Amino acid sequence: MKAARLWTWHMAAGAVLFFVLGLHMGIMHLGEIGHWFAPYGNLTVSIANSRFRDGMLTFTVGYIALLAIGLFHGLYGLRTMLLELTLRPAMEKAITVFLLILGIGLLGLGTWAAVAAHGVALAGVKG
Amino acid sequence: MAAARQENRIGLWGWLGGGRWGIERYAYSLHRLTGLAVLFYFLLHIVVTSLRARGIYLWTGGGFFHKPVFRFGEYLVFAAFAYHACNGIRLVLVELGVAIGKPIEPVFPYKTSLRVQRPLLIAVMIVALILLAAGGYSGLTQ
Repeated sequence: MKAARLWTWHMAAGAVLFFVLGLHMGIMHLGEIGHWFAPYGNLTVSIANSRFRDGMLTFTVGYIALLAIGLFHGLYGLRTMLLELTLRPAMEKAITVFLLILGIGLLGLGTWAAVAAHGVALAGVKG
Repeated sequence: MAAARQENRIGLWGWLGGGRWGIERYAYSLHRLTGLAVLFYFLLHIVVTSLRARGIYLWTGGGFFHKPVFRFGEYLVFAAFAYHACNGIRLVLVELGVAIGKPIEPVFPYKTSLRVQRPLLIAVMIVALILLAAGGYSGLTQ
């Protein structure tokens, strides 16, 4: 029952990612077509444009949400694949714990970075 | 119990092999491969982009991140994402029972639901190809 519930969340996360990550990919990789949220020159990933996006609270919240949903979807998907190998229960548990720690660690790192970059961008604007 | 669990083990073929289940099954195998590729990139991406909080923008200036081989690799990540996303929507729809037809009596000659869902596969692949073309155009001109 728990596995079925988690699988449903995995699918739901995938559907959300389709739009949120699609938006992120659109901004980053289709920049030449759209020039979305990149007012400083053509290069979407330049420092000026990165700081411009970091300074917007919507982007900071969006990055953290994208991080959490993406990590859950990706790592749960990886766990599902690994558990298909019908490993021993102790190994399955070890994999689950490892991926959980990895996910929480990267979520912490990414959240800290998004918040810190937001602060840096705002400090830059204020001079 | 543990021994019985091991009997089912067919290793990598269990992940990749589709037998004669049709192109949808191989689309699913490719879905998993692209998922792994995107996940690998995503984990590195988190670490690299987090460095900007310390003022380190590894992807700007010169260096490896501007070499054609990296730009091409970046495009491959975009391609993997586009495929994984479009095919993922198909998989969710199929799992929810959409576009696979209504249940029917198994009367010979048997009809497979795979043929019913084929148009959905073709439709999402067309969307994926449009995204690949748009990403390629943007990458070449940026």
